[in-house]
Amino acid sequence: MRLLHYLRAMRGIVVRELWRFLRQRERFIAALVRPLVWLFVFAAGFRSTLGLAIMPPYETYILYEVYIAPGLVGMIQLFNGMQSSLSMVYDREMGSMRTLLVSPLPRWFLLTCKLLAGTAVSVLQAYTFLSIAWFYGIEAPWEGYLWLLPALIVSGLMLGALGMLLSSFIKQLENFAGVMNFVIFPMFFMSTALYPLWKIKESSEWLYLLAQYNPFSQAVELIRFALYGQFNQYAFLYTCGSLVVFLLLAIIGYNPSKGMMKRKGRG
Amino acid sequence: MTDRPVLSVDHVSYAFGKKKALDDVSFAVGRGQCTMLLGPNGAGKSTLFALITRLFDAPAGTIRLNGYDVKKKTGKALAGLGVVFQQPTLDLDLSVMQNLRYHAALHGMSRKQTRVRIREELERQGMFERRREQVRQLNGGHRRRVEIARALLHQPTLLLLDEPTVGLDVPSRQAIVRHVHELCSTDRIAVLWATHLIDEIDETDHLIILHRGVVRADGVVAEIKQRSGATTIDEVFHRFTREGMAA
Repeated sequence: MRLLHYLRAMRGIVVRELWRFLRQRERFIAALVRPLVWLFVFAAGFRSTLGLAIMPPYETYILYEVYIAPGLVGMIQLFNGMQSSLSMVYDREMGSMRTLLVSPLPRWFLLTCKLLAGTAVSVLQAYTFLSIAWFYGIEAPWEGYLWLLPALIVSGLMLGALGMLLSSFIKQLENFAGVMNFVIFPMFFMSTALYPLWKIKESSEWLYLLAQYNPFSQAVELIRFALYGQFNQYAFLYTCGSLVVFLLLAIIGYNPSKGMMKRKGRG
Repeated sequence: MTDRPVLSVDHVSYAFGKKKALDDVSFAVGRGQCTMLLGPNGAGKSTLFALITRLFDAPAGTIRLNGYDVKKKTGKALAGLGVVFQQPTLDLDLSVMQNLRYHAALHGMSRKQTRVRIREELERQGMFERRREQVRQLNGGHRRRVEIARALLHQPTLLLLDEPTVGLDVPSRQAIVRHVHELCSTDRIAVLWATHLIDEIDETDHLIILHRGVVRADGVVAEIKQRSGATTIDEVFHRFTREGMAA
């Protein structure tokens, strides 16, 4: 009976997020336009200037668009994770977060469901992007699209958990702009989304170290390998580890006696 | 009152830094009792509500809902609680039905139960015909009605209302006051209603006056009036809050 309650609540939270996503068409379009601009404009422009050697998981020379595509899938999930966190700050300011938190289920479970719901949305966005990219000529083996699903779930959960953790620190909606400058952009640019690690190492050793230990890099590599039907164990473990750390910290952040909620409850 | 209280607040204190928001607050709300928590802005009403709903924890004192300590048995305690928050909490982009279904899911209600209860509560609020409309299209009074229907969906034993009539026109306010009082008498629901509007209080209500985090008066309106020698609730309120200021 109790298990049924948990399952119904999980379904309810995920379905609500999907309803909201489908109602907010602008959000869907914006989520797609961003990576498509990078693909059609940025990557096309850099195609001739960037030479890429053969490296796993690729078995031949590839165009820059092909290299950048998994990074852009990661970008979709990174922005979606931050968008979810933004909506959590908004919900908290507007009060609708309270509806969730006063339901008779443990807070860790509710936050995990919220995370799953956000990930479901990001998976939809990622596949839509990849299907447009396919028409543009970026084709992965068909089984790669299947292997991609578990990879997208893990990476989506990790980036969503990071967003959730940040949302527990952000007091007001206005402070969210700082997240863009201090989290999203550094994470994206200091990663393997745009350039491979060896290329980064050529230009700067410390940038190479930052990119190597950036959880976003590992999420991108997990996605990249999965898309070509390969399993990158290190990237998988690193992403899972980051997920656990971010989620635990977020749960503590939302704990009524220990976390940030306590300080935010004034008024 | 022979029944166990639905809500009992025992010696609860809370402070934001050095500023005390609640100081040794104790009271109980029984079944079928409409308890009005009256206090000026900043009295500590919202803090008290945040502690009852366990948005954050009280370091001192105990809050029990249906006998369950909200800190230790949170799930069981919150299962019997329905809340209408001061701020609107409906999802504007979703329909009335979708908002209610979401709430039902959080309370683990089955599909059939959800369908039946949504119909019952919306019909009671005269909102069933508008169930498919987007919440954004509803006016403030109608949104409040939907929120009350939502809070009652899982048949709670305690209904918390945090200044639910703020910003509403007079007929909407009167309708809500009437409806909530009916819930107490017919459904035997316990109600704790935070307000600073004296005209929402009935002579038969249980009244708690909270001022600067301290309970200044606790009892049935008529008794408090008699005890304090006041003739109106307005007079009672001013007497207790003025005394508080002098204290």
